[in-house]
Amino acid sequence: MAFKAITANRLSDGIAVWLAEAGQWTTHFDRAVIAQTSSHAALLEEIAAEAVAACDVVDALTIDVVLEEGRPAPKKLKERIRALGPTVRRDLGKQAENAADVERAA
Amino acid sequence: MYRYDEFDATLVRERVSQFRDQVDRRLKGELSEEEFKPLRLMNGIYLQIHAYMLRVAIPYGTLNARQMRMLARIARDYDKGYGHFTTRQNIQYNWIDLEKAPEILDLLADVEMHAIQTSGACIRNTTADPYAGAAQDEIEDPRIWAEIIRQWSSFHPEFSFLPRKFKIAVSGAEEDRAAVRVHDVGLVIRKNASGDIGFEVMIGGGQGRTPMVAKTINEWVPRDRLLSYLEAVLRVYNMLGRRDNKYKARIKILVHDLGIDRIRRLVDAEWAALSQETTLDLPAQERDRIAAYFAPPRFDVLADTDTGFEARRFEDKDFRYWVRANVHAHRHSGYAIVNISLKPTGGIPGDATAEQMEAIADIADRYALEGEIRATLQQNLVLPHVKISDLPAVYDALASAALAEGNIGLISDIIACPGLDYCNLANARSIPVAQRISNRFGDLQRQFDIGPLALKISGCINACGHHHVGHIGILGVERRGEEHYQLTLGGRADDAAAIGKITGPGFSEDGIVEAVETVVETYLTLRLDPAERFIDTLERVGHAPFKDQLYGAKAA
Repeated sequence: MAFKAITANRLSDGIAVWLAEAGQWTTHFDRAVIAQTSSHAALLEEIAAEAVAACDVVDALTIDVVLEEGRPAPKKLKERIRALGPTVRRDLGKQAENAADVERAA
Repeated sequence: MYRYDEFDATLVRERVSQFRDQVDRRLKGELSEEEFKPLRLMNGIYLQIHAYMLRVAIPYGTLNARQMRMLARIARDYDKGYGHFTTRQNIQYNWIDLEKAPEILDLLADVEMHAIQTSGACIRNTTADPYAGAAQDEIEDPRIWAEIIRQWSSFHPEFSFLPRKFKIAVSGAEEDRAAVRVHDVGLVIRKNASGDIGFEVMIGGGQGRTPMVAKTINEWVPRDRLLSYLEAVLRVYNMLGRRDNKYKARIKILVHDLGIDRIRRLVDAEWAALSQETTLDLPAQERDRIAAYFAPPRFDVLADTDTGFEARRFEDKDFRYWVRANVHAHRHSGYAIVNISLKPTGGIPGDATAEQMEAIADIADRYALEGEIRATLQQNLVLPHVKISDLPAVYDALASAALAEGNIGLISDIIACPGLDYCNLANARSIPVAQRISNRFGDLQRQFDIGPLALKISGCINACGHHHVGHIGILGVERRGEEHYQLTLGGRADDAAAIGKITGPGFSEDGIVEAVETVVETYLTLRLDPAERFIDTLERVGHAPFKDQLYGAKAA
């Protein structure tokens, strides 16, 4: 089975999120749980459906994930843009937050 | 400008209050997304790729400096410091927090603005000629009728759940600057031999996956009977428009399937029946009351031109270019219409920062009569009434805010939808393509040499970037996971509206920029003289020479 992850938008502000460990939702794709089996993916989908029902997130969706240089990355361009931010505004979205994190760490 | 009366103000405030309660219930889990979605859409809130998006109406494209400052404040305090002016005289914010949306709508209400009916299967923001009240070729100000339509269509109980969205555009001038022929209903103000004012009514135009040019259903509807006629058109559409297939639900499909003659008979019958049962048409007194809001501002009596302006034009090449492209003749001597390009070289079409919006508001307050501003269908802005003697100062002020690009109507004045960088529906990015073409043709001298050319890009078949009516149109599609771009030629949105034809196989992102270059170079080779515009050359020689150059002689 192809690798899978679950994405959604946070209800309160619409920000793109991914299902992480322990049923938490993360704003960073890097922290998303990657399912490598159908049963794992089905379990994640169940958790996501509960989060939708609980009004934590909306529009939960299972997405394809590929490995690039050993690291998971969304397969489709649309999902890559959701994970990073607009390609025409590198100062916005997750890519900007990630850059700020790197800067702070340095 | 129109000012809200107590009914308008109450309606808008009540709607904000209702929406605040709806958001609250949604966040508490009392409403499901299925229940909430139509409510948020009716208040202009979409859920896009990165966050919620808010679409705010700029009714018939008219706003004042105070309203522009509020749009800037929302961009700064509730978004990420910018807004995106659309192709339908709206502004969109891309990073809206649902919890704060009611607060934003309250602020909009403070300046007599709203987001009502900017989405959903209802009558959307009625658009109009951005040169209304200023154009030399105008018969009557179309905004009077756009406002009357706004009042008639807002919360219209019968037309709140149409088969699909419904867009109306109004032009009051000889030249169509409102793209009326690619709207569900296009209205053109006409004057007959007796001097009476009426409307030519066109229906069934539109873009999207089935682009069509509107057909005239009635060549003359007396202006005082416009509302009942529109009511009849909408009733026929509401009854017969398809609801089983959203791709076939627009009125253009109904017109196509039944034929314009049959639709005309149905509308005429409905119109006659309506006339028996109701007095829907606006009393002249009420029409005059609304018209008074659009009375011309107080123009000074001025000479045709100004020595300071002429001297600056003579001395300063950049100013001369800007005047040539961005300044349009005004109906009053000594005044000009100033276009503000939101298409800097390599920039994002239609985007303006909060600071730029505030700069425009300041300039409008200082130099534009009554501080008036317009939003255009080309994602630019307009100062409709500026003294010619003030043009140098206006130019300098715009230049200080990086808003003095002199490219209106030229190849870099590109319309582009948000595309895959922002939009949930998109299949491909459109902004980066626009940026690359803008950079490629960045030399203004070269742009002037090429002459008027409308290049329009959409990131999906919904055609928000109006690619179907671009002289050069680009449609982004996805093919095996890759972005791919189809090229169309020969579209136009003016009086001779036409849908562009696909040239042949599509191109990669790199390839589409080269293809545009090829098309332009082919035109430059083929044109009779520099006065022959791209679209005229194309219509004279046909598509074959362009296809030859794009694909080789065999493909044509």
